[in-house]
Amino acid sequence: MSTASVASARQQAGALIDDVVRRFGDRVVLDHLYLTIAGEELVVLLGPSGCGKTTLLRLMAGLDRPDGGTVEVPARRAIVFQGDRLLPWQRALRNVTLGLHGPDAEQRARAALGEVGLAGRERAWPKELSGGEAQRVALARALVAQPELVLLDEPFAALDAITRRRMHDLMRALRRQHHAAMLLVTHDVDEAIALADRIVVMSQGRISASHPVTLSAAEREVSVSREDLRAALLADLGLANH
Amino acid sequence: MTEVSPATTVLAEVHEPATDARTAARAREVFVAAGARRDSAFTRRRKRLRWPLGIYTTPVAILVIWEVLAEAGVLGPAYAPAPTAIARTAAHLWQQGVLGPDLEISMRRAAIGLGLGLSAGIVTGVIGGLLTSGEHLFNGIVQILNTIPILAILPVMIVWFGIGELPKVLIIAFGAFVPMYLNLFAAIRGVDQRLVEMARTTGAGRWRLVTRVIFPGAMPGFLVGLRFSLAYSILGLVAAETVNANSGIGFLITNGQTYLQTNQVFAGLVIYAILGLLADQLVRALQRMLLRWRPGFEAA
Repeated sequence: MSTASVASARQQAGALIDDVVRRFGDRVVLDHLYLTIAGEELVVLLGPSGCGKTTLLRLMAGLDRPDGGTVEVPARRAIVFQGDRLLPWQRALRNVTLGLHGPDAEQRARAALGEVGLAGRERAWPKELSGGEAQRVALARALVAQPELVLLDEPFAALDAITRRRMHDLMRALRRQHHAAMLLVTHDVDEAIALADRIVVMSQGRISASHPVTLSAAEREVSVSREDLRAALLADLGLANH
Repeated sequence: MTEVSPATTVLAEVHEPATDARTAARAREVFVAAGARRDSAFTRRRKRLRWPLGIYTTPVAILVIWEVLAEAGVLGPAYAPAPTAIARTAAHLWQQGVLGPDLEISMRRAAIGLGLGLSAGIVTGVIGGLLTSGEHLFNGIVQILNTIPILAILPVMIVWFGIGELPKVLIIAFGAFVPMYLNLFAAIRGVDQRLVEMARTTGAGRWRLVTRVIFPGAMPGFLVGLRFSLAYSILGLVAAETVNANSGIGFLITNGQTYLQTNQVFAGLVIYAILGLLADQLVRALQRMLLRWRPGFEAA
C-alpha cells in the first residue's frame, strides 16, 4: 500500500526521511517510513490520533532520535507546538526573541509580531493573550529566524473554528513571504485541503497515501474536485461510509 | 392543576409562575458589573465598616481584650502585663540605651547568618539543580541535615566553637541554608520540560536556556525557599541567643525571666514577632515584583 518513495535527487532544502524506524518498547511506531519534502513545499501529514504523526515530527525537530534509518533536515528549522508553549514570565516580544542574537534581534521580533497581526501587543504578558493570539506569537517565534523548515504539530487544534479559519488565511499570507518547507501535522481533513501542496496520509507507521493538491484558492473552498479529494482522504483514513 | 392536558400546561407556564418545582427550574441569576449596582448609602457604609482592619482584626481584638483584662486585674502584671505596659517598658529600655545595642547585635547576627546560609543554599541549589553531578554531591548531605532539628545541633556548635559569635551565626546560617537548597533544587528540576524543549528548538543556547527559561521558571520555588529560610533563621537566632548570650534580644528575654521582669520578656517577644512579620512582608513584596506574570496572581 505504500506509495511514497525516496526522491531521486537530493533537495536543496526541505527534508528527507529515509527508511526511518522508531520503536517504544515492543510497539513499532514508525515502520520503515519514507518521506521527502521539497524546498518550498507545504506537506500536510494526516492521520488518526496515535498513528505516529507527532513521533515523526519530533524526529525531524531533533527532539528524538530514530532507531533506524536517517532523518536529514536543515539546521535552520523551527517548530510550532500544539500548545503555544510561551514563557509565561516573558512578554510577547521577549518570547519571540528567545532564540535570536544580534543587535537587530528586537527589530526583527517586532516585524515578526507585525506579520502575524500583533503589532502593538509586544508588551503583553502571555496570560493577557487569547488562545489565537498566543498561537500567533508562537508562529512569530518560529518564523522570526527565517527557518528553511517549519514543523507544525496540530498548531490550530485547540482553537475555535472561526479563529482557525483566520489562522489558515494567515498561514497562506505568511507562505508568500517566507520561502520555507513546511510540514503541518493535523487530523482535520478540511484544514489539510485548505493549506496543503501535498497531503500524505499516515497509517500503521508508514505513509499510506499521497495526494498532490493542485486546486486554486477558490476550488479549495467549494468545488467538485475538492469533494473528490475529501472523499479520497476519508477513504484513506478508513472513514468512508459509502 | 393535576388533570391538565399538555397544551394547557404550556399555557399555564406562560401565564402564571405555577408550582414550586417549576419556579425553581426557571429561577434566573443576573450578573452585572461590580460597580454598576447602586447600593444604598447605608449598605455602602456597612460594607466599609465590616472589616476595617482586614487580617489584623483578630490580633487587634486580642490586644484590646488583653488590655482590658490586665487593667481589670484579671491578669497579674507578673503573669501577662498589659500591652501598654509592654510598650512603656520597650520605650523605657530604649531610652536607657539597652534595647538599641541589643537589637543591633541581633540584627547583625541575623544578617551575617542569613547572608552565609542563603549564599551557600543558592550556590549549591543552582549547581545541584542544573547538574547531575551537583545533585549527587549535595542532595544526600542536605537531606540528612534536613532531618536534624536546628535546636539539636546547638550543643555541638557550643562544643566546637564555644559561646562566641561564630556558633550563633552558624546556627542561623544552617537554618537558612537547608530550606533554600531543598526548595531551589526542587524548583529548578520542576521547571516545565515542555518549555525547556521549546527553548532548545528555537536555537537558544545554554546560557539563554538557563537565564530566560530555568531561572525565571524556578523563581516561585525560590521565593518559597526564601520565606522558609527567613523563618528558620529567626528561629535559629532565638535559639542561639536564648541558650548562651550576654547581649542581643534573646539575652534581654533571658535576663527578664531571671529577674521576673515579665514586661521585658514580652518586649523581646514582640520584637521577634515584628522581625518575623517584616521578613514575611519582604518576601511578599518580592513576589509582587517578580511574579507579575503569573495568571491569577492579583488574587494572591
